[in-house]
Amino acid sequence: MKALTLFAAVGAAFAVVPFLGLPAFYESFLYLIFHWIVLATSWNLLSGYSGYFSFGHAAFFGAGVYSTAVLATKLSWPFLWTLPVAAAVPALLGVALGAVVFRLPALRGELFALITLALMYVFATIVLNTPLDGGPGVYMSGVTVPALAPSPSGSFYLLALILALGTVGTSYAVYRSRFGTGLFAIHDDEDVAEVMGVPTYRYKLAALALSCGLAGLAGGVHGVFVSYVTVGETFSGWMALNVILMAALGGTRHWAGPAIGAAAVTAMTFYFTTSDYAIAGRALVGLIFIVVILFMPNGLLGRFSRRKAFPRNALIPPDASVAVTSNEPLLVVRGASKAFKGVQALAGVDLEVRRGEILGLVGPNGSGKSTLINVVSGHYPIDGGSMLFEGRELAGEAPHRVARGGIARTYQIPRPFAHLSVLENVALPPMFGQVAMDRRSAEAEAWRWLEFTNLTAKASRLPGELNLHERKFLELARALASRPKLIFLDEVLSGLTPSEIDGAIRTIRAIREQGATVVFVEHVMRAVMELTDRVVVLTHGRTIAQGMPRDVMRDPLVIDAYLGTAHA
Amino acid sequence: MPSLTLLGQSVLSGVFIGALYGLLGLGLTLSWGLLRQINLAHFALVFLGAYLNYQLASGGLDPLLTLAVTAPAFFVLGVALHWLIARFSVSPLNTLLVTFGFMVMIESLIQWIWTADFRRMETHYGNVRWKVGELYVPLPELLTLLVAVALACGVWALLRYTDLGKAMRAASEDAPVAAAFGVNEKLLALLLSGACAAFAAVAGICLALSHTLAPAQIYAWIGVVFAAVMIGGLGNPLGPLAAGIVIGVSEALTMALIAPAWAPLVSFTLLIAFLLFRPQRLA
Repeated sequence: MKALTLFAAVGAAFAVVPFLGLPAFYESFLYLIFHWIVLATSWNLLSGYSGYFSFGHAAFFGAGVYSTAVLATKLSWPFLWTLPVAAAVPALLGVALGAVVFRLPALRGELFALITLALMYVFATIVLNTPLDGGPGVYMSGVTVPALAPSPSGSFYLLALILALGTVGTSYAVYRSRFGTGLFAIHDDEDVAEVMGVPTYRYKLAALALSCGLAGLAGGVHGVFVSYVTVGETFSGWMALNVILMAALGGTRHWAGPAIGAAAVTAMTFYFTTSDYAIAGRALVGLIFIVVILFMPNGLLGRFSRRKAFPRNALIPPDASVAVTSNEPLLVVRGASKAFKGVQALAGVDLEVRRGEILGLVGPNGSGKSTLINVVSGHYPIDGGSMLFEGRELAGEAPHRVARGGIARTYQIPRPFAHLSVLENVALPPMFGQVAMDRRSAEAEAWRWLEFTNLTAKASRLPGELNLHERKFLELARALASRPKLIFLDEVLSGLTPSEIDGAIRTIRAIREQGATVVFVEHVMRAVMELTDRVVVLTHGRTIAQGMPRDVMRDPLVIDAYLGTAHA
Repeated sequence: MPSLTLLGQSVLSGVFIGALYGLLGLGLTLSWGLLRQINLAHFALVFLGAYLNYQLASGGLDPLLTLAVTAPAFFVLGVALHWLIARFSVSPLNTLLVTFGFMVMIESLIQWIWTADFRRMETHYGNVRWKVGELYVPLPELLTLLVAVALACGVWALLRYTDLGKAMRAASEDAPVAAAFGVNEKLLALLLSGACAAFAAVAGICLALSHTLAPAQIYAWIGVVFAAVMIGGLGNPLGPLAAGIVIGVSEALTMALIAPAWAPLVSFTLLIAFLLFRPQRLA
């Protein structure tokens, strides 16, 4: 609400400018600032938030420019009617691009950057060689712009102001929302985000579409503003570098960062290009860029870019429901197999997890325990066999769908989201778990699990400031916060001291009391014997024994697997 | 359908321009693949080298001899750049931004000294060309091809067979482990960065010999050279040359058979297709 008032106040203050009778220079100057605010902020929606840097922002801007150019001149559409198309065409092109590249398993940041850069040249070549432009450029001086203000430049000014407010508002809304949390998680560790229930593919696609659509809208207006567009001016690598500079200068992890950066850079370039020192000014812009990246890698707003948590005492904790304990099978794995380049990690694992139990999953290093977790959670596609969870087949399900079904996991080496606070880390899974909570309820839920794992005092820290023991408990809290039906604990005890292990054993018992079923992967045999109801032993990717802990540990096959066969 | 001679000449010019792409890409692929630096300033250095060469050659020096001045000077610049990046432990993506800043600064410097006008170096090399069968072979382009092949093969052999090269590859795979085995990985990185910049000086000479120079032209090379670097495989010294020639020839054939303006579409479609179907090359 406060934010809405702020936006309305800023909007109203700027909206009076065209009616003050100032020289047109001011309107045009501010128009340019608004224009770049839209471009930098829209770029940031995908690239700053999720970390996929696009170098082809000009491609989508250009698609907007030429949508309006073609519709308004060749087909004589009224100007305002062309704007929805100027947004829709780039958004659709963005979705088409994302639908291909975001499916690539090997897509990394640099790859995305270069594909988008290449795409820009492809668009430029197509526009240049088809009747869309054809070479000479498009004149748009004949396009009439609705008179929103006493002067034409005032009308452009108001259009750009509306766009800028809308874009920054979108940026703010995303930043505060579950969608934004998902994008920030993708930025830090996409695989973990997916396993925690974030629909990463859809989120990236949505952010890309939004980013492209807003850039196209800016293009639609700007083409008419400059009144003559050419391919060379429109599709230029400069734009991407400029918006990256602006966003990096202001801070990519803050909703207002790109806007601040855009205002600063535009004002600076404007000042220098109109002065007698244009060349020196350009050099200075380069220098400032270097200095900012070296000394403020997180931008001007870097230190403010931690999102505010809701005040804890204003939160109502959601109900805790306790699941029933019975003996029915919760997860049934039959003949699961998985090979990596010739290494058969799983060679037909059979396994049954019963509701309410603590199942120990043991075996020597390389026996396939972690692979099994990765296969069940959907991180690796399974090669063969079936995995029924509450009667539903998991094979072929995307990891976030598995998480939504109520399966959570911890990582042997903790993988927290490095730029999210401890509280935000724990609040993420409830937002994307079985009941998709909003941020407020998710934080209430998170506090509960921070208390459970004794991390309350560290809630506002970053994970990097925790010690190993605390990071292990953060993993645990994160897995528990989604209230899973089934939780895989991957060597939570490794690296802990004996007294820390005792504490952890109590915590794991308490987890079961909360109603979750636990699969406990561990090498610390004392803990396995103490905690588990049943034990399954894997070796070379096969199940070799299952049953009561004491019986299984006496099984000669198991002893062989661990200690080797005696040849005497 | 153009005549065979015309097609042959097209292919040949494609090979020549491809060699230049490869030569520009050599320093880039090494610094990206082995040092994890995406060095945009490389393009500006190539142009700075070209302009220095133009200046010295106008003063009467043989263009090829100017290398004795520019290569060592650039080596120092490359070392300094890497020192800065290592000193502030700049992340790979941020190296792109930092070197972009340097690119803009060098471009401004060039524009300040030599203005934004086009410059063309006049040397005795420029007029030499031979007729081989029906085809014309200009000396500057042939020189570029020879230099590009020699440098790429030389670096490849160095990395593959010498202890220095093996140490460099080890350091790029895992610097701390390499250091534990006695590799002075910090020194090697400085050397490598210096060498990359020196390659920019060499590329600058070839550029000045065969092309007209203007500060704004710096940006024209980025897209296509990066395409060659990526298709060629990061860190592979032979990659940009091979990929550059493929791109160059396909561009030249598109120009001859369809229309000059469609040429960029071919190279970038090639890049996108390659990125989509062979992304593992970029490991």
